Amino acid sequence: MLARIDAVATTDVALSVSNLTVSLPPGMEREHAVENLSFDLKRGQILCIIGESGSGKSVTANAIMGLLPKVIRVTGGAMELDGRSIMGLPVDELRSLRGRIVSMIFQDPLSALNPLMTVGEQITEVMAAHGVGTPESRRSRAIEMLTEVGLPDPPLMYLQYPFRLSGGQRQRVMIAMALVLEPTILIADEPTTALDVTTQAQILALIRDIQRRKGMSVMFITHDFGVVAEIADSVVVMEKGHIVEQGSSDQVLKSPTHPYTQRLIAAVPRLAAADRTHLKLADKEPILKVEGLVKTYRSGSALFRTQRVVAAVKDVSFHLMPGRTLGIVGESGSGKSSLGRLLIKLMDSDAGLVEFKGLDIAPLSEGDFRHLRPSIQMIFQDPFASLNPRSTIGHILTVGPVAHGMPYAQASEEARALLYHVGLDAGAFDRFPHEFSGGQRQRVGIARALMFKPKLLIADEAVSALDVSIQAQILQLLDQIQRETGVSMVFITHDLRVASQICDEIAVMQKGRIVEHGPPSQIFLNPQSAYTRELVAAIPGERPASARPVAANL
Amino acid sequence: MRSFLINRLFQSLVLLVIVSIIGFGVLNLIPGGPMAQYGLDPGMTQDDLARITEQLGLNRPLWVQYFDWAWRLLQGDWGHSFRDGVPVLDVIGRHIFATLLLMGSSTAIAIAVGTWIGIRSATHRYSIFDYAATVGAMVALSIPTFWFGLVGIYVFALELKWLPAGNMYAIGDASPLDYLHHLILPSIVLALVHIAIWSRYMRSATLDAISQEYVKTARAKGLSERRVILKHVVGNALLPMITLAGIQLPSILTGALVTETVFTWPGMGRLFLDSLGYSDYPVVMGLLMFSAILVILGSLVADVVLAIVDPRIRLA
Repeated sequence: MLARIDAVATTDVALSVSNLTVSLPPGMEREHAVENLSFDLKRGQILCIIGESGSGKSVTANAIMGLLPKVIRVTGGAMELDGRSIMGLPVDELRSLRGRIVSMIFQDPLSALNPLMTVGEQITEVMAAHGVGTPESRRSRAIEMLTEVGLPDPPLMYLQYPFRLSGGQRQRVMIAMALVLEPTILIADEPTTALDVTTQAQILALIRDIQRRKGMSVMFITHDFGVVAEIADSVVVMEKGHIVEQGSSDQVLKSPTHPYTQRLIAAVPRLAAADRTHLKLADKEPILKVEGLVKTYRSGSALFRTQRVVAAVKDVSFHLMPGRTLGIVGESGSGKSSLGRLLIKLMDSDAGLVEFKGLDIAPLSEGDFRHLRPSIQMIFQDPFASLNPRSTIGHILTVGPVAHGMPYAQASEEARALLYHVGLDAGAFDRFPHEFSGGQRQRVGIARALMFKPKLLIADEAVSALDVSIQAQILQLLDQIQRETGVSMVFITHDLRVASQICDEIAVMQKGRIVEHGPPSQIFLNPQSAYTRELVAAIPGERPASARPVAANL
Repeated sequence: MRSFLINRLFQSLVLLVIVSIIGFGVLNLIPGGPMAQYGLDPGMTQDDLARITEQLGLNRPLWVQYFDWAWRLLQGDWGHSFRDGVPVLDVIGRHIFATLLLMGSSTAIAIAVGTWIGIRSATHRYSIFDYAATVGAMVALSIPTFWFGLVGIYVFALELKWLPAGNMYAIGDASPLDYLHHLILPSIVLALVHIAIWSRYMRSATLDAISQEYVKTARAKGLSERRVILKHVVGNALLPMITLAGIQLPSILTGALVTETVFTWPGMGRLFLDSLGYSDYPVVMGLLMFSAILVILGSLVADVVLAIVDPRIRLA
């Protein structure tokens, strides 16, 4: 066993931060990344730091770890780890604390492991770097850790390369790596944000479990109040580099005092128990009818028998009435995005029917489909990547309609009107995407899709990249647009809570099939399939009467 | 892996056929040709010339000549030099050692020095070293190789008299040390431009790798900065460089063309120029095919090496 080398702590505070100020280089949007930050992480507790993007929560974590980029410097305050100050410590002494006294796990387990080293090498490397053990003892300790974090077949796992593992497994490897030297403090920077909801529940349960067993102190950074409700003992709420509220988990969640906290909590999408009221349109014919849709991906070569066949969409059928919204919900790999791409013909289907206003568009050639493209539009997930950084907003909005024959003067007039309509000022027309925030860019993305006066909008994870408060605004905008224009929507998302906000009906997909289809009230309160029940139960922080929380149930 | 290799082999064959057709065509479009060379000899009569044309088969239509040449090539007969009747493979064989020696040493220098400069530029970004390396690379890329060769000869051979001005060995010596002595200047001159290219690519590959999450993980583990760079950054940064090396390898051969001429190095580059001058088509075609095969081998070897070192490809 590894003995803890440091002096026995004298206080019940594992990590103490007081008046921490971190400066940003000149020319950034604000002078300080965080200013006058003070909080304590009590021994054996989980402290959640919650805030939206840009609130300075990751900067705080990196400042404690000594991992800030050179241009961002700690300019004031004090930090104490285990009762001793780490301010101004020589580089080598700081380094010897990392991984031994304080460890960190990161958001994206897919990129946080070195692709060229085996899992075992990466874990034993921590021990070797701190001069702990012999090669044999390190190996057995690593396998012990792999067992402890619940990975299957640890001796085999030890020899695996990261690319062979799923996201959840990689995050378990990260946890094993971070905890191998039994640090006093674990800093977790959004460790479950990139994971599916069921995997998230498992990882949260694992962290909570290990923390309790070892009496470890955890600083847990998140943007999700559901996660806070699930694991936090105490909470720090951050906004634009300042702490606006802190207290026990119960106190902050149930009776927040600061208006920002109140707004954040109000913006958290909740499972809507009541179904949405929708427009009564005279049109009784479905605008979109999908029957027996199939898409299979093939890779490799049939000739050399190395072909791999993955059925992305298997026999999917549904129909969508005008003015309604259908939610397609599923975890990664469920085929929901493939389905979206089939509907807009970014990809050809292998079998089945896609009837748009009574016409089967599945077999149409690109040329024949072209005149229908304006009627079916897409809103993309990443508002940063989906707008060409070299084009003005005006160009982005008008280029499509002009290509379809609209005179430029008319297109630009309509574009300005739409920008106003989606909540941007008309001056946005001449500006470039980088001048806008994520939420504003998504508004541009919506305006771009609306330029064609579409009959059907496909929104693929359209709010997933946004902060909750922005998310709520965009959902409201989509709802308002639907009520005004009667456009139908297919809303693809991994987030059941978001789907419950905006959808009239929800189809739950698993491994390419729709396993359950019904109004939100049925899906959430009375789920019929086992998979839907599992999904609903895994939603962090929600306690529908029928569902047992997974994380509390080890 | 097997299907990948078979696939690549097939592509390579198609490529070789295309290269040979274009090469053969272009070569025969050049005015002059072998008969003009023979015609320079005052002792030649019209009859002699006609007889030689007949003997060499040059009076046949071009496509017949091509298929004849290609068919023989397939049987391993690369033809005979027009100049002295020696088999083409023998001619190439006499020059290949010199070229491989020069190419090998300059490639080794280019990769070692370029990698080091690239990594240091990236880890010390915007330092004086980085700026100096950037300017140095611009200079090395914009000044032609022969100029470096001539300046090198002037400074180190004529003025300082440290190094020989040309040739591969001194007549009457030819010990390994003597070869090495002769090799220094041409291999460094040939390497210069490749150091410039390689270091720029290595710099950006290192910067890419340095900003990856797993590097942050490595630092969070408490590894020393040295180990972070050597184990986690460099390994990943070298992956894209393998492909680059495969593409660069043959271009060192073309660089040798100039360098060998400047340093009177008895390699294939000089053979190529000489043979072109004499319109020695079989040798020129032989060299062309040889370098085409080298290009193909270069990128094939790069792909295979990449597949061996990257577990994501090896085990997929």
